[in-house]
Amino acid sequence: MIVLDSKVPPGPLETKWDHHRFSEKLVSPNNKRRIDIIVVGSGLAGASAASTLGQLGYQVECFCFQDSPRRAHSIAAQGGINAAKNYQDDGDSVARLFYDTIKGGDFRSREANVYRLAQVSTQIVDQCVALGVPFAREYGGQLANRSFGGVQVSRTFYCRGQTGQQLLLGAYSALSWQIDRGQVTMHPRTEMLDLIVIDGHARGIVVRDLVSGAIRSHVAQAVVLATGGYSNIYFLSTNASGSNVTATYRAWKQGAAFANPCFTQIHPTAIPPSEEYQAKLTLMSESLRNDGRLWVPKQPGDVRSPDQIPQRERDYFLERRYPRFGNLVPRDVASRAVKQICDDGRGVGPGGHGVYLDLSDAIAQQGLEVVRERYGNLFDMYERITGEDAYKMPMRIYPAPHYTMGGLWVDYNLMSTIPGLFVVGEANFADHGANRLGASSLMQGLADGYFILPYTIGHYLATTKNEPVPHDHAEVRAATARVTDRIERLLAGKGRRTAGSFHRALGHIMWNACGMTRHRAGLKHALQTIPPLRYEFWRDVAVPGSGGTFNQELEYAGRVADYLEFAELLCHDALHREESCGAHFREEHQTPDGEPLRDDDRFAHVAAWEYVPNDQPRVHKEPLVFEFVKPATRNYQ
Amino acid sequence: MKFILNIWRQKGPAEKGRFVTYEAQDVSPDMSFLEMLDVVNQQLTLKGEEPVAFEYDCREGICGSCSLVINGMPHGPERGITACQLYMRRFSDGATITIEPWRARAFPIIKDLVVDRGALDRVMQAGGYISVHTGGAVDGNVLLIGKDRAEIAMDAASCIGCGACVAACKNASAMLFVAAKVSHLASLPQGEPERSRRAKAMVAAMDREGFGTCGNQYECEAVCPKSISVRFIAMLNREFLKATVAEPGPQAERPSDPHAESH
Repeated sequence: MIVLDSKVPPGPLETKWDHHRFSEKLVSPNNKRRIDIIVVGSGLAGASAASTLGQLGYQVECFCFQDSPRRAHSIAAQGGINAAKNYQDDGDSVARLFYDTIKGGDFRSREANVYRLAQVSTQIVDQCVALGVPFAREYGGQLANRSFGGVQVSRTFYCRGQTGQQLLLGAYSALSWQIDRGQVTMHPRTEMLDLIVIDGHARGIVVRDLVSGAIRSHVAQAVVLATGGYSNIYFLSTNASGSNVTATYRAWKQGAAFANPCFTQIHPTAIPPSEEYQAKLTLMSESLRNDGRLWVPKQPGDVRSPDQIPQRERDYFLERRYPRFGNLVPRDVASRAVKQICDDGRGVGPGGHGVYLDLSDAIAQQGLEVVRERYGNLFDMYERITGEDAYKMPMRIYPAPHYTMGGLWVDYNLMSTIPGLFVVGEANFADHGANRLGASSLMQGLADGYFILPYTIGHYLATTKNEPVPHDHAEVRAATARVTDRIERLLAGKGRRTAGSFHRALGHIMWNACGMTRHRAGLKHALQTIPPLRYEFWRDVAVPGSGGTFNQELEYAGRVADYLEFAELLCHDALHREESCGAHFREEHQTPDGEPLRDDDRFAHVAAWEYVPNDQPRVHKEPLVFEFVKPATRNYQ
Repeated sequence: MKFILNIWRQKGPAEKGRFVTYEAQDVSPDMSFLEMLDVVNQQLTLKGEEPVAFEYDCREGICGSCSLVINGMPHGPERGITACQLYMRRFSDGATITIEPWRARAFPIIKDLVVDRGALDRVMQAGGYISVHTGGAVDGNVLLIGKDRAEIAMDAASCIGCGACVAACKNASAMLFVAAKVSHLASLPQGEPERSRRAKAMVAAMDREGFGTCGNQYECEAVCPKSISVRFIAMLNREFLKATVAEPGPQAERPSDPHAESH
């Protein structure tokens, strides 16, 4: 039975974290070196956690499925990282970053967590500068800022369009130092396939060595999951090919609650899908909306070239619907508006999946050179992918799955409902509520890894007496058997269909039923179509080769198999949440002019799902109590 | 579109490899190079044959996983991109395309087109970092860094660690990779205290891993997907020279660990 105790410390919001850190027990330096900690994942959250734990003196085993920890998908983040530095003296503060984040999340996150995130945001930037992250600078040498995602202050720090890359390389370099010192042992090309739970505590993982195919178990005093999000459940997303839900989903099946899985963010400005075999969607930075205008022809089916369509025959639909914010409404609002236009048959480009993002007014007003300097790399990227010159023709964009706010439930200490299992970064559910603001994911990943987990895990370790686990312990053998059985079953498929074709079919179901908008009938239908697809998968999947070698098709099939189960959980959660909030839009719950209707009386809670063998998942509710802010309606009209 | 593909197949590190010819049919010009390979692999999989192993992840040119030599060029014929950013419209219909792995002594082949680039991680572990503890960092604006200097650091830091520079070099030298990291950190005041040690340790690690010496042919710059300039190799040479001249004596691989007592 799962009990959700958020362990939020008492007292004023501003001092909770300070008091908590003092009340936490410490592990003495001599004991630290006798404690092993497993960290799974080496992105921003994983690399920063592993390096900091190593520096504190723990023995860390860090795992990633990529060939190098530097390749984790944090590397692809473009825009920037928020911090309440108020360097621009434009009225920013910890309180304002806190409020923007909790409001952006549509009041579906925990106040105390979000406030702490805003507090440590300033330390993150200092830490990254110390590690040599080459942030953009002003001529006078100070750190530069840009504004982002509709907030009213300039608090985003950036490294050209490669902020994620530079922050990750900073964390990777810190990790490299700890590897060199022998504090961290790195296991690249090693994928976690199950969790070992002994006497109710997380004590280890079962992994597959992706080169030799060997199945191994690793035991430790605590396990940290930093395994990212699950946007690839939609098949086409902005995530890397390898991004998967396996680690967190396996942990769920061992007893960790999964919170708000239906909160998935669809980013408005990606390059539209163009052909059948397309493997991913490429994001165009949100910053384009600062100068670009979104429009479609007023006349459905208008096949004229966009430059032949006069102004009066264009529908600038965001400016029309949201005169106050115009093209700068938040991501969820913009994505839904684009979808609605396309669903009404007014989209442009192949299949009508697209709207114009037009910078020609900006070019006319500010000059080509200014626009080229600001967005040149994005125009180049667009031309490379589509073969079209966006300086001459407006770009076409379409929303794409991008980030998942849902994740394993964690308390204030970032510990899941399994004692000893900690979850950091995108893999947990904690800080973004129902919608994440731009430049907040990098902040959260590094906050968790550098500054929060290293404190809170110490208290668990100092207050828990875990006996050593022999490698032939019954639970270790059971977890290993689960993994080997599954691999054998994957290899036993009849070989009629590729794993990719099943993934594509699942993505289609999820995009239609549980994508940008959801309704009861669609979700019920999806819950009926997923199990037969899963049955066919296990019967027909084609996985050539053997388990004892480097076998990418086997790795992929295992991840697809987990998505085929996890998809149901996502639909159950979307069905349960009978309100529209943030990125979750239930068509039954909207105003007459199509704006979302939140229901604070019934749904101001975290929905945390428990795995029940051979039955429907069971929901538990953590009420969200707002002591310090008053939930308001988000209105951008 | 239709293509003839000559692809290097090799079962494992110790096995003998060979080229195998495949046909790619019904290729759309809007497909990326990797999507074209996906289609070939799906067909092989359904025939019960092992698909061609090749490395990929982000598919947007930033993770550095791609490692294909296409018609003799790492990352293919276009400048300043990775193989995943290459589109089939760049090739003429019916063309024959040869696809090989990175070839270098320091990059043993794991399978087909996948190589082990762990050597690059080990070179980084030798000194490609600033050893500061988490916590207690001074405010980010305490040390002012002029825009020009920050831009140079960022130019160098944009290396994605793919190893194309090594694959392009006839000596399989990793000089551009090492130069990028040494120059990035040497350009910033935060990197100053360890710059001598870093240059020496990373160059020593590069030699130890079996990378060759620089022959000043600049093939590395020509194939670098981030167009990192060979000027940084000159900067590395200067750093290394300064480090060895200023501090004569044995090349210390690592100084004694100041935290040794807490181990």
